[in-house]
Amino acid sequence: MTFSIRKLALSVAALAVVGTAAPALAEGGAHHPRSGGFTFDGPFGTFDQGQLQRGYKVYREVCSACHSMDLMHFRTLGERGGPFYDPHAENPAANRYVRTLAAEIEVADIDTETGEAIRRPATPADKFPNPYPNRTAAGAANGGAAPPDLSVMAKARHGGADYIYSLLSGYEAPPAGLRMTATQHYNPYMAGDMTPFWDGDPEHVPAGGFIAMPPPLTAAGQVTYDDGTEATVDQMAKDVAAFIAWSSDPKATERKQSGIGVLAFLAIFAGITYASYRRIWKGVAH
Amino acid sequence: MSGHESTYVPKTGIEKWLDTRLPIVRFGADYLSLPTPKNLNYWYTFGGILTLCLVTQIATGIFLAMHYQPNTAMAFASVERIMRDVNGGWLIRYVHANGASMFFIAVYIHMLRGLYYGSYKAPREMIWILGCVIFFLMIATAFLGYVLPWGQMSYWGAEVITNLIGAIPVIGEPILIWLRGGPAIDNATLNRFFSLHYLLPFVIFGVVVLHLWALHTAGQNNPVGILIPKEREAKDTVPFHPYYTVKDGFAVILFLMLFSVFVFFMPDSLGHADNYIPANPLQTPPHIVPEWYMLPFYAILRAIPDKFGGVVAMFAAIGVLFVLPWLDTSKVRSMRYRPTMKIFFVILVIVGVGLGWCGGQLPDAQVVPGMPSFTLIDGQLNSYLWLTRLFTLYYFAFFGIIMPFVGLKETPLKIPASISEPVLSDAEKKA
Amino acid sequence: MAESVVTTDPHGEPPEGDATRRDFIHIAAGAAAAGAGVMVAWPLINSMNPAADTLALSTVEFDTSKVAEGMQIVITWQGKPVFLRFRTPAELQRVIADNDAPDLKERQTDQERTKPGHEPMLVVLGNCTHLGCIPTFGAGDFGGWFCPCHGSHYDASGRIRKGPAPKNLVVPEYEFTAGSTIRIG
Repeated sequence: MTFSIRKLALSVAALAVVGTAAPALAEGGAHHPRSGGFTFDGPFGTFDQGQLQRGYKVYREVCSACHSMDLMHFRTLGERGGPFYDPHAENPAANRYVRTLAAEIEVADIDTETGEAIRRPATPADKFPNPYPNRTAAGAANGGAAPPDLSVMAKARHGGADYIYSLLSGYEAPPAGLRMTATQHYNPYMAGDMTPFWDGDPEHVPAGGFIAMPPPLTAAGQVTYDDGTEATVDQMAKDVAAFIAWSSDPKATERKQSGIGVLAFLAIFAGITYASYRRIWKGVAH
Repeated sequence: MSGHESTYVPKTGIEKWLDTRLPIVRFGADYLSLPTPKNLNYWYTFGGILTLCLVTQIATGIFLAMHYQPNTAMAFASVERIMRDVNGGWLIRYVHANGASMFFIAVYIHMLRGLYYGSYKAPREMIWILGCVIFFLMIATAFLGYVLPWGQMSYWGAEVITNLIGAIPVIGEPILIWLRGGPAIDNATLNRFFSLHYLLPFVIFGVVVLHLWALHTAGQNNPVGILIPKEREAKDTVPFHPYYTVKDGFAVILFLMLFSVFVFFMPDSLGHADNYIPANPLQTPPHIVPEWYMLPFYAILRAIPDKFGGVVAMFAAIGVLFVLPWLDTSKVRSMRYRPTMKIFFVILVIVGVGLGWCGGQLPDAQVVPGMPSFTLIDGQLNSYLWLTRLFTLYYFAFFGIIMPFVGLKETPLKIPASISEPVLSDAEKKA
Repeated sequence: MAESVVTTDPHGEPPEGDATRRDFIHIAAGAAAAGAGVMVAWPLINSMNPAADTLALSTVEFDTSKVAEGMQIVITWQGKPVFLRFRTPAELQRVIADNDAPDLKERQTDQERTKPGHEPMLVVLGNCTHLGCIPTFGAGDFGGWFCPCHGSHYDASGRIRKGPAPKNLVVPEYEFTAGSTIRIG
């Protein structure tokens, strides 16, 4: 029986590809996330600066009341690819939009002369302020569940920006037969297992899980967009998901663009080296 | 030092001066002129690829260590600082993280090649054993490294794996506390894991030097599996440089293209999303899984119902590789000429991939959803638990039963008298 | 037609006509490899350059009315000491008279080193321009500062007058924002 190693390698590779294909049901029995149609999807994707600006506004006016973004600095907003990038600014910290946006927010500091705790307007070098002084306070203020930090949330959840968008815009009334408590909210996109709480048909347990966060985006116009875009719940959810995707990976566009260059170089390099290899081996039977 | 005589002749004044004091030029020239069988195929390029991986990991690791903070309060944020603020930090970090995966893809292929062509058989046992040592050190290094970002998987993976040490009877608990530097995984653990993660790659480097020394002493094997006697060297071998330096170089570039696709376009695809959640000792993630390359061993660990038994089985799965040269009774090296063994080898590869798949599943989950089954001892027959046990059984049977038995009983195909022969015969057939 | 096995000579030289160092394709491959080497080395080396957070300008504000006449206060800015010195009229007169002194290694007038309307206030980085030690206030032959490490003498305008230091004490970028408050950086 002939069993070439080449065939074996191909079948193993095929198995691996099939094996890693996304399952029909996402993590923990939740609905598969809906696509947000984001411009940054795919190997050639880039962030839409307008969307990022709107998303920042939603974060600042809605989410930042409870959710920190401890790894974000104001100056990052002015980086290339970011929401407030200005090619005329000599560096992101000197960016005038960044300076203005930072100055709108107060941060805690220590008086340089007396050493007392004070609050002062933020500068571009400052981090985004945390709404709570520490994790325990965050939990205590939110019924025991500390709101997670959003800095890398798009990388911390399967489905990334699509998941965040689906979750925020996907709150539904709980189906009849689901035992609820006062502090929990039902969301079909949240990972979880509803079987212990379901009184209905055991063959049709609802998808999704309980989330401690009440729907944060409730009405159209909750945030007024400066560019005139209609601020529907769906739009706000998409924009803030895009902003979180950017803050999770501000270098994404730079990464993809350099990747294309690297692969192009390697392809040419491979061709040249292969020609060199054939030349060297010419005439040697092997 | 080498199995073949040195043919180097120093030419310039400096070369002559060095040659009598520290013959490094001779060493390099001999290395590059090693008579290498001319029938090596692309499976043999993975040694060079692995060298590239080791150098890449060390280089990127050293530069990451300039910015990383091995303190539980700062580790996660320091990695994100590297990703955002350090010039090119995102590239160095993604190369290092994906480089670990690429290192393991290459090492598994390299090991399977050695298995298939009988490169572990006499006189090459030491090359194989040193290779097993390298493999073990790689697993240790990768485990230590994965803890450093201090995400949820970092913390809980460390929790689960160090708890295994506690399973050792009598001395397990004291060793566990000593290893962790305290009752739980905390700052003491993270700091020492960083120190050891920095150390082990250099130990690997040393063992690689020994591995190559053993290779040069015994000589390079080839797909036909026959030793090449001195009188056939001229016909059947070519100098390593430029024939195989350039071929290895070409293979390395192709490998780098695959590497680049991961680094630049899907850098987090081989990792786990939960590791972007900062470590929380008070909350366990729903599925704790190691990185993909450790999944087969993780599967074997969970297949055995007894905690200590699982630990023993997991280490035995690696340990059995060390004694492989003495398990195989066949006189024939290359499985090209061992049709029966070849089939078992193919099944082993499938079982290996299968074990990896099982390692990533919940043991209770159904293999064929919906298919009715019954309970066997401690779990449903239609569960990953029993599938893993089946695969584990085959894995150990392959080394402990099949290899010794088939070696004695099978009828190998006719082996050519020399490696040039198959080429000439094909060519003669064409003419 | 059958490909013949080409015999190689005992030293393993490649078959005639091929793989000589001069072949263009091999030079091209070597050049591409060198290029790849640079492409790999550059990000690693560049990662050691100051990161974005280090580069982000930090500013410090200070109310200079706290400095008594004839005294100095030292504050920190970007990890370095900054001298804020309120010169007495006598000191000010002396440094202005010395604007054309022959022993000035780096010719600068005192007016170039202060802000108009705030001439008595001198703001300089407190690191000796020789090798970085912090000079002592009020010591030295010129009534300014004296660096004990290698004997550099600065006048009350922070200019190097005697000793191994090559340049005057550095005046950082600063401005008076409101009244007597300055912002450095």
